[in-house]
Amino acid sequence: MAMEFPERIDIPLDVWIDKAMDWVLSTFGAYFDMVGSFILYFMVLIERFFLWLPWPILVAGVGLLAWQVMGRWWSGLIMAAMMFFIGALGLWKLGMMTLSLVVASVIISLVIGIPMGITMASSDRFEAVMKPLLDGMQTMPSFVYLIPALMLFGLGKVPALFATIIYAVPPVIRLTNVGIREVSESVIEAAQAFGSSYWQILFKVQLPLARPTIMVGINQTTMMALAMVVIASMIGAKGLGLEVLLAINRIEVGRGFEAGLCIVFMAIIIDRITFAMANKKKGG
Amino acid sequence: MDKIVIKDLYKIFGPRPEEALQMVKEGRSKEEIKEKTRHGVGVVNVNFTVNAGEILVVMGLSGSGKSTLVRCINRLIEPTAGKVYVNGEDVTALTSKGLRKFRQKHFGMVFQNFALFPHRTVVANVEYGLEVQGVAANVRRDAAMLAIEQVGLKGWEDSMPDQLSGGMQQRVGLARALALDADIMLMDEAFSALDPLIRRDMQDELLDLQDKVNKTIVFISHDLDEAIKLGDRIVLMKDGAIVQQGTAEEILTNPANDYVARFVEDVDMSKILTAESVMKKFETMAYLKTDGPKASLRKMQAAGISSIFVRQDGRVVGIVSAKGCRQAADRGEKTLHDVLDTNICKVTKNTPANDLFALLANNPYPLAVVNEKDHLVGVIVAGSLLAKLAEVGQVENSGGNETLPVAQQQT
Repeated sequence: MAMEFPERIDIPLDVWIDKAMDWVLSTFGAYFDMVGSFILYFMVLIERFFLWLPWPILVAGVGLLAWQVMGRWWSGLIMAAMMFFIGALGLWKLGMMTLSLVVASVIISLVIGIPMGITMASSDRFEAVMKPLLDGMQTMPSFVYLIPALMLFGLGKVPALFATIIYAVPPVIRLTNVGIREVSESVIEAAQAFGSSYWQILFKVQLPLARPTIMVGINQTTMMALAMVVIASMIGAKGLGLEVLLAINRIEVGRGFEAGLCIVFMAIIIDRITFAMANKKKGG
Repeated sequence: MDKIVIKDLYKIFGPRPEEALQMVKEGRSKEEIKEKTRHGVGVVNVNFTVNAGEILVVMGLSGSGKSTLVRCINRLIEPTAGKVYVNGEDVTALTSKGLRKFRQKHFGMVFQNFALFPHRTVVANVEYGLEVQGVAANVRRDAAMLAIEQVGLKGWEDSMPDQLSGGMQQRVGLARALALDADIMLMDEAFSALDPLIRRDMQDELLDLQDKVNKTIVFISHDLDEAIKLGDRIVLMKDGAIVQQGTAEEILTNPANDYVARFVEDVDMSKILTAESVMKKFETMAYLKTDGPKASLRKMQAAGISSIFVRQDGRVVGIVSAKGCRQAADRGEKTLHDVLDTNICKVTKNTPANDLFALLANNPYPLAVVNEKDHLVGVIVAGSLLAKLAEVGQVENSGGNETLPVAQQQT
């Protein structure tokens, strides 16, 4: 008979975490409510903007932007066509809700992630602490984030955003760190020799040289945010993800496929545009 | 004037240098210290002075601590012990903010691998130093353009560094250091990464430039030929310590120990013995405009010579002999024009010594050593040339026998 692991050894980690969660909720509940309402305000603003934006402008805008950064007019045309297709399937409004959630979470991810990456690059100790944490954040099944997010902020957009940020922020932190650390030692030394301060070296030398790598991080963060936004529909974020979820519940293959296709198009558009931005020749 | 003074400087690499420092001071070897304390020894008890306006070359093989030493001067590497004074100010005592200001004001630096900012255009690279000082955009642009012109890169200011050849990139590096208008230039193997032909050009241009800008230059090199060419004085390093310092002449003709002698042996002697190394400093000249025969005679008598070079508008135009002057004076002439012999032989500093023999044999007068502007920088007479050659011959012999008395004292 196979040797079974002794049942007596059972670390009650789940119990501890639950208790800690209870404590956090009872102690900082009001604080989270405040943060929550602030985030909600920010999100509603962005969502309103995208819902207000007349569709021809967005379709044309996406086309022009794609043409600009990819340098081929027909790429712009394809991107615009995909955008148009989302509307043509009758999912424009849901698409905009998803897009605004992605945009909001990417903005907040960058605001948190880039300074963290910079700190990581300048402190080996901080990097040693952050690396396993970031690995954990990315490998942890994304559904797991939904539960504490739900408990902290209740149902709706805010917990969806919160879970999305946790899932999507690691790449931009990681790649900001890598990008800055990859800047050649001798160039930094030259900057020091000419009497530059820490901030001057950061803004005049390190960040410009790390820019392509940071852009790759932003691209990855954006893609992960899109993936997570779909999952986050389970806790009440309206949008394309919710449409898929409903289709699953009602076993409506066609409806699910339509929404799924829109997500794919949106992913392609966002990915190609940010990727092209990352690879664009410096200074261009 | 003493521009830079380095006193009892030590550099130990590692987190706890105290013990290793003590061992270095006791005279233990680098290897022993590495084994016992796991600390690297960079610089050992270095003392030297750099005079204002001179080029001092710090020379040594790789690993001799010369690059570490130059970084200790502007504290890119923090010295473990000792002092660095610049213009009498103790650099090692500056706070980090004070150090930044000090670097901005006093140190231009040029690096072996150029270390240009790849994301900036040539002009943006050159104006970087002024930019961090907060100099207004149009002012620093003007200064940068001037520096770019000085290094001969006019027309390239909007190029990116990776579009330039190695030699041109290092010109950008040079311009970047020049634009600061700092009084000191630290040049860390600045030309070592360039191929030999371009390196020679850059050396010549640096010397030309130095005539105009007159900076105090600390130049790091592993190449003795380069050190001899550029250095007013040379500091020779081994294992972090100075083995000899002095002019190229002193080091070549009188090596302090067999390490230096071996270093010197590698040098092609015919290359080293140029007109410059065998010439005498001239004591006096006659001026065509103002000096007549009598004044010239008096100058010759005072210097104990039998002929004197004559100068007009800074250029050497000829020579007069004592005999000619006396005859002219007897005839009552007031100028040197009638006795001036314009048929003189001019050589440059770099003329090989071997060629000088033939020239001397065919010429009744001393040879005039002139620079590119035709200014007299020295004279060569047969006696001094022979004496110099004999001297060097001796050095080569004693180096081979390894019986240098100085070397024995060292160990």
